[in-house]
Formats: sequence, C-alpha cells, structure tokens
Amino acid sequence: MASLALPLPGRRAFRPGGSWIIPPAAVLGALFFYPLALILGESFAGGKGAATLLNYASVLTSVQFASALWHTVVIALLATAGCLALGLVLSLILAFIPFPGSRVLARVIDTFIALPTFLMALAFTFIYGTAGILNASLMQALHLGLPPLDFLYSQWGVILAEVTVYTPFVMRPLLAAFSLVERAEIEIASSLGAGAFRIMRQIILPAAVPALLAGGSLCLLLTTNEFGIVLFIGAKGVVTLPLLIYTKAIQEFDYTSACVLAVINVCLSLSLYSLYRATLSWFGGRSAGLV
Amino acid sequence: MLVWSRAGRAGAWAVLALLVGVIYALPAIIIILASVTGQWNGVLPSHFTLRHYANALHGSSAAMLRASIVTGLLASALALVNGSWAALALRNTRPLPRRVLDIVFFIPSAVPSVSVGLGLLVAFSRPPVLLNGTLAIVFVAHFVLVSAYSYGNVSAGLARITPEYEQIAESLGARPWYRLRHVTLPLLMPYLIAAFSLSFALSMGELGATVMVYPPGWVTLPVGIFGITDRGAVFDGSALTVLLAVTALAVLIALSRIPIKAAQR
Repeated sequence: MASLALPLPGRRAFRPGGSWIIPPAAVLGALFFYPLALILGESFAGGKGAATLLNYASVLTSVQFASALWHTVVIALLATAGCLALGLVLSLILAFIPFPGSRVLARVIDTFIALPTFLMALAFTFIYGTAGILNASLMQALHLGLPPLDFLYSQWGVILAEVTVYTPFVMRPLLAAFSLVERAEIEIASSLGAGAFRIMRQIILPAAVPALLAGGSLCLLLTTNEFGIVLFIGAKGVVTLPLLIYTKAIQEFDYTSACVLAVINVCLSLSLYSLYRATLSWFGGRSAGLV
Repeated sequence: MLVWSRAGRAGAWAVLALLVGVIYALPAIIIILASVTGQWNGVLPSHFTLRHYANALHGSSAAMLRASIVTGLLASALALVNGSWAALALRNTRPLPRRVLDIVFFIPSAVPSVSVGLGLLVAFSRPPVLLNGTLAIVFVAHFVLVSAYSYGNVSAGLARITPEYEQIAESLGARPWYRLRHVTLPLLMPYLIAAFSLSFALSMGELGATVMVYPPGWVTLPVGIFGITDRGAVFDGSALTVLLAVTALAVLIALSRIPIKAAQR
C-alpha cells in the first residue's frame, strides 16, 4: 500500500501557489518596507525635493554622530564579550555539573528574554545608583560623606545592564549544543586522567563554537539596537545611535538628520544581521533555535 | 559530570549561585522591594506600603496597563495571522524565492525599533494614509516589531511537524481548506501558542517605536513608566514594572498550560 501516502490523481493538493504569499508580503511591504524607503528618500531630500548629499555631509561630520557611533560600537562589543563570557560560564556549570533543579534554573534565566529590557536598568539604579544599596552600604561601612561608586551613569552601567539582559540569548544555543555532547566521552576522558580544564578545551569548547558564534552575533545585533536601557540609565554623554535618532526626531524635530542617522543605523544593523544569518547557515540552519 | 571531586563541584555551584544571585535574583528582588517601599533613606527601605500598587490600579496608570494589554493582544493576534499565512504559503514556494522571502519576513526583527517608529512617523504623516496621532499607528508599530517572531515560530514549527498526517488526509480526500483546519493547524498549535505568547510579552515591553509614535491618550506601560521614573516617582515606576512583568509572564505561563490534543514528538 505504498500509494496510500500519495495524492490521488486529479485532486489538487493544498499547494498554495506563488500568489498566496502576496497578501502577507504586501502587508509587510506597506507597513515596514515602504516606511523604510521613505526614510531613505527623506534622508536625501530633506523635505525640499531635490536629492542632495549635503544632509549626509553635515551629519557625518558632526561631533554628535562620531560620539554616538563610537558609543554604539564600544557598548555593543564590550556587552557582547560580557554576554559570551557569562553565558559560557553559566551554561558550562548548568550543563556539565548539574544539580537537582539546574534545568529549572536554566528555564528561569531563559524567561528574562520575555521581560522588558529597561527592568534591569531600573533595578540597577536601586542597587548601584548614587543612593543605591551598594553606595549606601559602602558609605555606612567606610564612613564616607559621598557615594564612592559612580559607574552606573557611564557606559559601564549600560554595558552591565545589557550583559544581564542579553546573556540568555547566548545560553539558549549553548545549552542546546551542550546537550548534544556525548556524556560518555567526557567520562572516558576523565577516567583516562584528563582534568576538567583539558576536557573543556578539547571536547566541550569545540562543540560550543557554533553556538558561541551564533549567540555572539545575535547579541551584537541586539546590543547595537538597544534603546530602553540607554534611555532609562540616562547617563550624561552616553548617547548611542538609536537614542540620538530619538533625540533628533522627538526633541529637536530635526527629521532630516534623524532619517540620515536611521539609514546609517539600519545599514549597520542589517550587516550585523547578515553576519548572524551567515553564521547560522554556515553551521547548519536554525539549529540554534533563535529568530 | 565534568568535575568529580566534592569540593570542585561545591566550588562550581558556589560560583553559579553567586553569579545568578547577583546578576538575576538581586535585581528581581530589589525591584519588587522598591515597589512596596514607603521610605528608603538608608541601605534598605525603612517603611513598606502597598500605596504604589493602589496608585497603579487607578487613573492614568490603569489606562496605561489597559493600553498595553489591548495593544499587545491586537498586535500579536494580527502578527500571528500574518506570520502563519506567510509561513504556510512559503512552504510550497520554489526554493530560491522561498529563501529570499524567508529573510524578508525576518528583517523587521533586525531593524532598530526607533527607526521602525521613525519610518512610520514619516510614512503616515502624509497622504495617502494619515495615521499620525491615532491609535492605529501604535498597533502598526507593535505589529511590525513582533511580526518576525510570529513568522519565525510558525515556520520553525512547520519544519518540525511530520508531513505524513497531511499526506494521509490528502490521500483520503480531504480538501485543502479542511486539511488546513483539521490537520495542519492542530499540529501547529504548540508553535502558534508560543508565537502568540512571545509576541505579547515583547509587545508589552516595547519602548523604542512606541515612544516615537504614541498619541496622547494611548500611553503604553513602558512609555508611562519612563515618564513616571523620570519625574522621580521611582517606587510608582517599580510597581508598574512589576505589574508589567507579572502580566507578561502570566500570559506566557497560562498559554503554555493549554492542553494540546495533537501532541507532537
């Protein structure tokens, strides 16, 4: 009865032809790609009609832009490095030195993905802020008149908050990769006298490379695009590209500059996204389980 | 088991406890503590109160909570329909256009939310469609931002379900629409639910695009919380943040508990 699973002749299978993709594609086109195209147009025209590169010249040479680009890149790189380091340590312990409840703990950390990013920024002001727990304790213990720690209102505060928020995005593919590592291999290596660090270096880390690259490039994208944390920490002088776009458009009503900045920011994000997709397809599809 | 010695394991767990405690548990506890704080002058709060929650459930704060929930439900539902439609339609498209369109449907998740908001502001403040200053522009912004997650979850689900059920239904003479309704969609149900709940949670926490486009009278929770904490009412802001997190998590947990008939392996 091999023919059972084959479509009967004459009856059309549910093969929605090429035209079925048009409605959802049109919706996305009208609501997402058309606005993006208008940003591009506005960045050249500036509402005046004739296309010109002068808008770009004035934005690209401004100190504000240079500083915002610098902060965006530095924060994204350092936060991603932090996410990779923290995610690796947490995943290694959760996967290879398990304890009752380690799976539950991994699930709980994973739910932080669904929480708003500014939650951490707000919590950090109570812990590390000038009037926060840490400073208050230090002032009490050391009899200081002024709060000794001021790192929260600098790029370090933003980086710390982003590491906290985006580490689960590294742990997700890492834990998936670690679950595929053969436990017997580790036990044999261990019984032959390999120490924990040698096993990590020779068995575990090679298996983790694709996950680290996928998680890392996703973190790079997300930290480049991050807005809520930077806005909520509100450190003076720490302005990233998304925050500068917001400031230009909403507070200064300078839509042309905002559009120029948005074009640059979108290009940066799309190249990071291509990097992420390339990493994923290089290592075999969406095995990392991420969008 | 990577570490065999008792001391080594205890050491590793201590490191884990310290990291998770300081990085995840402490902020979560502190924000809950702040939400019930009456007075906080020393290291820890000296007075506790439920006043901030009472404030949160009245007047403008209650309106924010409602705006966020309505926006989240509507945007997630629309994104689910659009994303599922796209994923189903792409299943039988030829390989090359399929790979290109697959990337196209993911791109909204890669573009910074502030730029999405700016684009909507530029596009819909001029004819032919004027949406600036209406609720619709907020719904559209949230729809665009969660659409990739809906599409991603559903297309991942489609890649995982076994095609035999559909083929058998087809060979037994089920018409396309009947098969979609009674075979494919039930098989996809876990992924549809996951798509909806993730979209809802993300929409509840969305700030970048909303802050660009929201009209007066439709302030979502994140935008409202920013305004409130910026004014210095940090404890009211904390209570609203806790309510926001609890609502998002409650929807995630409630939806993950729906019994699914066609359980899939």
